Amino acid sequence: MITFALWFAVACFALALVFNLVRLAKGPDITDRILALDTMFINGIALLNLYGIAEGTEVYFEVSMLIAMTGFVSTVAFCRFILRGNIIE
Amino acid sequence: MSEELIFEIAVSFFLVAAGVFGLVGSFGLVKLPDLMRRLHGPTKSTTLGVGSVLIAAMIYSYGWNGEIVAHQLLITVFLLLTAPITANFLAKVYMHRHVAKEDLPDASGDHGWSGYDTVPEEMKKIDTK
Repeated sequence: MITFALWFAVACFALALVFNLVRLAKGPDITDRILALDTMFINGIALLNLYGIAEGTEVYFEVSMLIAMTGFVSTVAFCRFILRGNIIE
Repeated sequence: MSEELIFEIAVSFFLVAAGVFGLVGSFGLVKLPDLMRRLHGPTKSTTLGVGSVLIAAMIYSYGWNGEIVAHQLLITVFLLLTAPITANFLAKVYMHRHVAKEDLPDASGDHGWSGYDTVPEEMKKIDTK
């Protein structure tokens, strides 16, 4: 049962990544692209954790912690650069 | 009903819920018409989806290895904390680029809208240069 649920979740998040990629390519404004990139980070964390469940190891949780941090910092840096023209004033 | 079956049903439930919420969030990102509406999908639904994945991972590691791992909880808390900050920044960027100051309603505060009005000179407590 877990195997089926795991495959279902992996398929859903893979499709979600494709949707994000569509928005990243299409997005009329730069804000849409930043939002799509941020969502891609979050979906990537979900996929990594699903892989961690499938493999039964704990390594991927630490990797996804690092990715969560870099994703947040890069999104905030992008937004600040557009808002202020500078990241750290 | 054995204990293992209960764990299995719980993990499967959270995994399916995670898949549905993650898909709905990203589908909303593609489908909704403008950015202020698009913000809702990724910031709420996708965060809930990732949280469900991490809860499923916690139940899985507890049910099969008998140990509670704090990493998953840490990632969940981190994502729940950062999602509103990201949404606020993106909304600010959108307003900065697309909404004129004249179209805004009254801010009903002391300083006006942040990002539009500067802080009055006498209110500046720290040197911002």
